[in-house]
Amino acid sequence: MMKRFLLAVALLLPAAAFAAGYSGPLDKANYDQRDQASLQRGAQIFMNYCLGCHNAQYQRYQRTFEDLGIPVDLGEELLQFTGDGVGSHMISAIDQDASAEWFGLTPPDLTMVARVRGPDWLYTFFRSFYEDESRPFGVNNEIFENVGMPWALQELQGVPRQTYERRMVDGQMTDVYVGIRSDGTGTLSADEFDQAMLDLTNFLVYIGEPMILERQRMGYYVIGFLIIFLILTILLKKEYWRDIK
Amino acid sequence: MSRIIDWIDQRIPMSNTLKLHVTQYPAPKNFNFWYLMGSLALIVLVNQIVTGIWLTMSYNPSAEGAFASIEYIMRDVEYGWLLRYMHSTGASFFFIVVYLHMFRGLMYGSYQKPRELLWIFGMLIFLVLMAEAFMGYMLPWGQMSFWGAQVIISLFGAIPYVGDALTTWIRGDYVISGATLNRFFALHVIALPLVIVILVFLHLIALHEVGSNNPEGVDIKKPKGSVKEEDKAPFEFHERYTKKYDIVDAIPFHPYYTVKDLVGLAVFLIFFALVIFYAPTMGGHFLEPPNFEAADPMRTPEHIAPVWYFTPFYAILAAVPNAVLGVVMMFAAIVALFLVPWLDRSTVRSIRYRSNIHKANLANLVISFVILGFVGALPPTEFWTVVGRIFTFTYFAFFALLFVYSKNEKTKPLPERVTK
Repeated sequence: MMKRFLLAVALLLPAAAFAAGYSGPLDKANYDQRDQASLQRGAQIFMNYCLGCHNAQYQRYQRTFEDLGIPVDLGEELLQFTGDGVGSHMISAIDQDASAEWFGLTPPDLTMVARVRGPDWLYTFFRSFYEDESRPFGVNNEIFENVGMPWALQELQGVPRQTYERRMVDGQMTDVYVGIRSDGTGTLSADEFDQAMLDLTNFLVYIGEPMILERQRMGYYVIGFLIIFLILTILLKKEYWRDIK
Repeated sequence: MSRIIDWIDQRIPMSNTLKLHVTQYPAPKNFNFWYLMGSLALIVLVNQIVTGIWLTMSYNPSAEGAFASIEYIMRDVEYGWLLRYMHSTGASFFFIVVYLHMFRGLMYGSYQKPRELLWIFGMLIFLVLMAEAFMGYMLPWGQMSFWGAQVIISLFGAIPYVGDALTTWIRGDYVISGATLNRFFALHVIALPLVIVILVFLHLIALHEVGSNNPEGVDIKKPKGSVKEEDKAPFEFHERYTKKYDIVDAIPFHPYYTVKDLVGLAVFLIFFALVIFYAPTMGGHFLEPPNFEAADPMRTPEHIAPVWYFTPFYAILAAVPNAVLGVVMMFAAIVALFLVPWLDRSTVRSIRYRSNIHKANLANLVISFVILGFVGALPPTEFWTVVGRIFTFTYFAFFALLFVYSKNEKTKPLPERVTK
C-alpha cells in the first residue's frame, strides 16, 4: 500500500525528464523477482546469447548462482563460459577493442541496463527487432532506431518482420500495420518467445540490483520495529506532557 | 557517580552546559509540527556523516575506479547497499527537512529582530549544503554526475574576463577529469562537512542566545519584574535566562521536547525507511537512471537536469536568456533569502497575525518555488521556458513586495501571551 503511495508520489514528479529517445508506449513487463525458475531461464538466455558480446562486469557468477538457487558446481559447469573461477565477474570472451571495430561501438555493459532503461523498455525492445535490409546487420528496432547490434535471438524468435494486412478502411482496401510477426523459423512460438523475453528482463532486473529481495525483506523488520518505537515514543510523550497545559 | 561528575565539573563545565542548553533551556510550550524540522535536520546530518565515513572505506576516488567502487559497495560490501541508500536517500531528505525548516522560519517570522544572525547562519548552512550535495553528487561518476557537473562548473565561465581561468581552476584541469573528482572528494568528505558542523554549532549558539521563536511569534521572555509569580513558568530554568527576564509559557527543552522530537523522529524514520527499502531511486528522482551508467566524456546524455533539490534555482538560470545574467539571477535568488530579515519591515512575526497580503505573498513564494522546481527538471521547451520566466518573476516579486507592504502593514493585534 505504502509502496503504491510512494510510487504515486514519484509519478507526480516530472518522470518524463528521463525518457530517452523513444517516447511512445511500452509493454508492461510483469516480471517477478521471486520467480526463481524464470530468473534461471533468463540467466540461461543471458549467458548463451548476450554475454557473447556484452559484459555484466559488476556481477559475479557465484553470487548469481547462489541467489538464483542454482547449485554452484552445476552453474559453473553449465552456465559459466568465461572467467577464472566461479568468483569472477561476468566478462565477455570477446575482445573489447575488436568488438568496437566490428560494431562501431563497444557493446555496452549490461549489469545495470535495467536501472538505466527500465524493465518495460527492455521487454519492449527485445520484441521490437524487425528485418531491415538497409541496415548493416539486416535488422532494425522500432524503439531503438538504427540499433548497432545484430539480432542475437533470431535463433529463438525466427526472422521478425513488420507485417501488414489488407483491410477495408473507409471503403478502401489499405495495408494496415499489425506489428512484428515471426516468420516461424525460430525454435520458440510467439508466446514462448514473449515469456523468454520476460525471463530475460527479469534476470536483467536482478543483476541490476541483486540485493532487491533482501532489501525488501529487511524493510518489513525495520519498519515493524519503527512502528513499535513510534507507539512507545507516543506513550512516553503523553506521560511527560500530561501536566503541560 | 556524583563524585565522578564533580571531578569532571571542576575541570570542564559539563553539568552547567547541559543545564544551560538542554535541561534548563526555556522553550516555548506551543511548538507545532514545523518545529520538528531542526532536530530532524541535525539527525540527518549525523546519518550523512556516519554512513559517509563507512562509504569512504570502500570508495575509490578516481576516474577509472569510482563507478566500479560504488557497485562494489552495492554488491560485495556487507550491507554496503544499505549504507549507500541511507546516504543517497539522506541527501534528498536533508533538503526536504531544510526546505520545510526554512519555510517555518518565513511563516513565523523567525528571522526578525533579534534573530537576524541566527537566520544568516542558517542560510550559510543551506549554501554550504548545496555545495556539499553538488560535490557528493559527482562522486559516483555516473553519466549525470559527470555532465551535471560539466554544466554547472561551466556556468562560472560566463563571468567576464576571469571566467575561463576560474573554471580551469575549479576543475584542476581543462575538462572534468580524475583531478576534479579527487578534489571534489576531498571537499565533500572533510572540508565542507567541517564547515557545516561549525555553522550548525554557531546556528545553535545563536538560537540559544536569543531564544526560540514560536508559532505565535510572541516573546516568552518578559521584562524582569513585570510578571506575577503565579504567571511565571513553573520550572527551574538556568539563571542565565532568569537573571534578565521573567519567563512565561516555557518548558525545559529536556525532557519535554526531547520526548516530543522522538515521536517526530519515529515518524520521520518510517518515511525514510520506506524510501530506502521500497523506493531507493524514488522513481528516478533521488537516484537518476543515467547515473547507473558510468561517465562517458564522449557521449552527452539527451537531457541534462540537476537533481530535484536544485531544480528551482536551475529553472531561474534557464529562464534568463543572457548567460551571465542567468548566473547572476540564480545567485540572487539565494542572496534574496539572506536579506529577508531586512526586507521584512513588519514588527509582527507570525503569519497568524499578519495581513492577508502577506499570507498571499508567502503562498506566492511557495507556489513559485515548487513550479520552478518542476520546470527545472523538464526538458526545455518554449512553453516551459515561458512558465519558468513567469515564476522567476513571481519568485523575486515576493521579496520586492515584502519590502513594500511590510512597512505599514495592517496586522492583527498581538496577544500578550502565547496561550492567551
